[in-house]
Amino acid sequence: MIDQALILILSSVVLASTPLIIAVCGEILTERAGIVNLSLDGSMLMAAMTGFVVALKSDSVWVGFLAAMIVGGFFASIIAFGSIRLRQSQFAIGFVLTLLGDDLAAFLGQNYTRIPGPVVKHFAIPLLEDIPVLGPIFFNQSPVVYFAYILVGVTWFYLFRTQPGLRLRSAGERPEAAFARGISVNRQRYIYTIVGGALVGIAGAAYSLDIKIGWSDGHIRGFGWIALAIVIFGGWSPIRGAFGALLFGATKALATFLQRRFPEVSVVAFNAVPWVLMITVLLLVGSDFTERIITMAPERMQRPLQRLLRISPPKALGSTFVED
Amino acid sequence: MQIELRQIRKYFGPVRANDGISLTLEGGRIYGLLGENGAGKSTLMKILSGYQPPDSGDILLDGQPQRFASPAEALGSGVGMLYQDPLDIPAFNVKDNYLLGRNRRVVLNYKTAKRELSEITTRFQFVLDQQASIESLSLGERQQLELTRLLVGGAQLLILDEPTTGISADQKEKLFASIKKLARDEGKTLILVSHKLDEVHELCDEAFVLRKGQLVGKIEIPCPNERLVEMMFGQIPLRSERPGHTLGEPVLELKDLRIPTYRLIVKDINLTVHEGEIFGLAGLEGSGQQLVLRACAGLIKADHGHVSLAGQDITNWPFQRVRTAGVGFVAAGRLEEGLVADLSLTEHLVLSQPSRRFFIDWSDARKKIQDRIEQYQIVGSPDSGAEELSGGNQQRLLFGLLWESLKLILLEHPTRGLDVRSSDWIWDQLYQRRQAGTAILFMSSDLDEIIDRSDRIAVFSGGKMSRILDARQTNVDEVGHLIGGQE
Amino acid sequence: MKSRLWLRWVWPVVPIFASLLVTSLLLYLFGASPIESFQAMLKGAFGDQSKTLSVLAFWVPLLLTATGLLVTFTAGLWNIGVEGQIVMGAIAASWVALRVEAPAPVLLTLEILAAMAAGALWAGFSAVLKTRGKVHEIFSGLALNNIAIILTNYLISGPWQPPEGGTFRGTAPFQEDALFPLFGNSHFSPLSLILAIVAFGAVVVTLRGTLWGLQLKALGKNLRSAFLLGVSSEREMILAMMFCGALAGLGGGVRVLSWFDSLRQSISGGIGFLALLIVMLANYRAFWIPPISLFFSVVLNGAISLQLRTQLHSSLGGILTEMMVLFVVLFGDATKIKFLQRKKDHD
Repeated sequence: MIDQALILILSSVVLASTPLIIAVCGEILTERAGIVNLSLDGSMLMAAMTGFVVALKSDSVWVGFLAAMIVGGFFASIIAFGSIRLRQSQFAIGFVLTLLGDDLAAFLGQNYTRIPGPVVKHFAIPLLEDIPVLGPIFFNQSPVVYFAYILVGVTWFYLFRTQPGLRLRSAGERPEAAFARGISVNRQRYIYTIVGGALVGIAGAAYSLDIKIGWSDGHIRGFGWIALAIVIFGGWSPIRGAFGALLFGATKALATFLQRRFPEVSVVAFNAVPWVLMITVLLLVGSDFTERIITMAPERMQRPLQRLLRISPPKALGSTFVED
Repeated sequence: MQIELRQIRKYFGPVRANDGISLTLEGGRIYGLLGENGAGKSTLMKILSGYQPPDSGDILLDGQPQRFASPAEALGSGVGMLYQDPLDIPAFNVKDNYLLGRNRRVVLNYKTAKRELSEITTRFQFVLDQQASIESLSLGERQQLELTRLLVGGAQLLILDEPTTGISADQKEKLFASIKKLARDEGKTLILVSHKLDEVHELCDEAFVLRKGQLVGKIEIPCPNERLVEMMFGQIPLRSERPGHTLGEPVLELKDLRIPTYRLIVKDINLTVHEGEIFGLAGLEGSGQQLVLRACAGLIKADHGHVSLAGQDITNWPFQRVRTAGVGFVAAGRLEEGLVADLSLTEHLVLSQPSRRFFIDWSDARKKIQDRIEQYQIVGSPDSGAEELSGGNQQRLLFGLLWESLKLILLEHPTRGLDVRSSDWIWDQLYQRRQAGTAILFMSSDLDEIIDRSDRIAVFSGGKMSRILDARQTNVDEVGHLIGGQE
Repeated sequence: MKSRLWLRWVWPVVPIFASLLVTSLLLYLFGASPIESFQAMLKGAFGDQSKTLSVLAFWVPLLLTATGLLVTFTAGLWNIGVEGQIVMGAIAASWVALRVEAPAPVLLTLEILAAMAAGALWAGFSAVLKTRGKVHEIFSGLALNNIAIILTNYLISGPWQPPEGGTFRGTAPFQEDALFPLFGNSHFSPLSLILAIVAFGAVVVTLRGTLWGLQLKALGKNLRSAFLLGVSSEREMILAMMFCGALAGLGGGVRVLSWFDSLRQSISGGIGFLALLIVMLANYRAFWIPPISLFFSVVLNGAISLQLRTQLHSSLGGILTEMMVLFVVLFGDATKIKFLQRKKDHD
């Protein structure tokens, strides 16, 4: 028998990872099209604040989510406009927006800190919730969690099994080839930067309306950066990214869990695991180490291994493309 | 389909890439488009295939004027171009790459893709692994895939840009068979952009020759090779009038050098350059001469063989070490590889000189650059940015930055884009260097320059080096044949 | 591609007005009078001696860090890990302060050296990851920032917790001899200002007058050409990062040894990120860095006292400065902006 407490912990890991999963899907869309939205941390804070305040005023969490989407999309559109049209550094713009979002949220939300507001109502999915162990972990959750499940699947399918997805990826992989096939690279980039930003907005509101309910100064600071890191160690794939987010949530939960069990051992350092993991994965991406491992494997295994292990960023990520 | 180009013009700044070119192509025929580098071939083909618009002039398909906003539009009208570096997406797999931009259906239809791909690959006897990723394919396979895509896309006119560079003999055979089939059986028009005369002879019905942005001739194939060579390179003095000179000790020795790259494997390179000798490397762009030059400079690695400098083995030394050992290197791309835009002439001088003093003596540096500006007749001041200089002056600056005493100078296209006066001047400087005992190894796509300036010549073709020629004994015809890969 | 003459003069002022406009609007929305608020901010920064000293005390680590960043930006590097370099400097200085017994001058020297070494090492790590492992410095920097912060938390709650038990807030105050001598009853240490001025001078001289500075400039503009001109790109990149790390580390040391008296949880307080903004706003020109750093310090300190007086959130200061930087980053380069050029074409 699996202990009831463990199930509870695991279901809270799933819930806690949900906003990260959503933000990661959004950023994957953006980066696959060739733009880095570095502003995630600030965008999410702004969206969390806006989502909460609007939901409070309108008494509807869904209006709150909508407002958060708009905010996220707006921040992203500044990056798209600045980098595509004005040809300025997307890193610089994204970085400034990160800090600006943080401060703007703190200021605009100052009268709404630590007060109760509407929250997303959880409900179990009939039938699925009865599956032993998995049911209570995955299917007795909030609709935001269910949305994240669907989003991961849809994003994956969209990216890898549809024509618009191909176009999106071609803009981030080899813009000149995309252009040769009649694809407007910069239009792709505008669209998916804004769509990605809107998803990041939803992620922010998911915190303030569901996971870390309410608003307080900088209450989800740092999560945006984590999402950016997960995009990389998820290899720009929504499914791997979702696992990355769950892994991150699990290491956090594990850290608190161990802390409680063994209070004499300081496990604060455990929090460093995701970051160490991030550097390690990036090292593997950059060096030809993985490649060497793959070539050492038996011939028959090489292709599946390659698919599993090889992570390569979109080739034109962060570059500008000028159509003649 | 009949294709007509009328008075196509395209200027890049002062460079007249296409200067009023008119030609007509008929269906079912294979045309060769010949010309040396910079003759305007690729510009013309990019215009015809919709990759860039002409400054003026018209494209007529079956008498109807057309304007292509993009290559996709051109393909829609029946014009497809196969680039030397295929315009595919390396990260995609074969099917995705094939389907990209193919239609408006939202969900990808792999079944149809598979069927269409197999159909056409069987027709032309291509062997394509549909599960593979593009990155894992050879250049030849990528070409086949691209060709397939263009044909399915409805291409009536196919432009093939140097299609045989970097592909295997077997793939070449298949490619040629399909080219013939497309023209003879399916009535398509083909343009083969090439330097390789034997390929032109084997495939083409007719050839157009471009020189300096203009169409200089149209000739039925077969025709004597000499005619083509003469049209491509113009009339040039057959033997240069240069005083002989005595060779000194060997400076650079290459033994069994092998340089592997994705595109090309250069091997069995053996040559010796002596003190005071000028050695020219001829060949089409990408035939391996640049790789050899860069391997000598320590910029790329050889996996076999030796490079020695004045008796010392410098094989695979890093660039900076080779540089301090007394080797000067001037790359072809001046503002990409050589000069830094936004840095002044004085700053360039300070950066490049052997002195490693921590604090910069700016007044001394200004004095020195002032001297070089006069000596090298650079139009510019110590404070001008390198990007403000004209191409010729940038080249003069690069020569001005070379160290005073060097054992060896490696040069890529030393006079590309320069006028006659500047070129002569540059070579005068190099002759002075040679008097001082410096060995010079250079590559150029200008045959005149190679024959006129070198003491000895080696010709590269497809990664192989020819026998070494004495520049006084050879002529443009012999070199032209070797460039075309004929012994 | 030159824009109109008058625009070239007016353009730099536009971000200032635009950001003032936006913040005024925000103030207005929150029922505060913009003019009174800005006055209150100024008063909060310069109202009395202790406030002015506070501005100066905050200015020093900002100036140190921004000065360091000038070096990495010159070399074309995005040293976002500067925050972690500050933290590591603070940790190293704290380690000396907590563990070493020595006369004050020796102790201070050791602390300064330790802080600089730790910051440099942390930055060097990022640099090596870039040159050898091809990991972009933004991401390694980010990870290293977080690891440094986690390390601080670990130290505070673990080995370095105060004897009365871990509060998760900070270590016990350092011994008196370990602290920088302070000016009167403030957090401002003249010694730290001297160090900052020396560092700034050194960087200006390095960038203008030394071969190394010139090499960095070339690297930042064109890596490939610089390499062919004889610049050893890997070595110079690592050195540039370490140089910046050393100054950031020193900034961190100044934080623990004068602004605080112990190692605290949020020891940097975002100084590294602010410094990045400062260099962007200065458009990478050295002589703008001290005044802009001072301006940041004034605005942020003013905003804090504004909050104390009127309850308006102190993030207003951040908004004011960040808006300015955003406008400069987006529109600062007037020659790149199409609609301004078009106007010119019609003339």
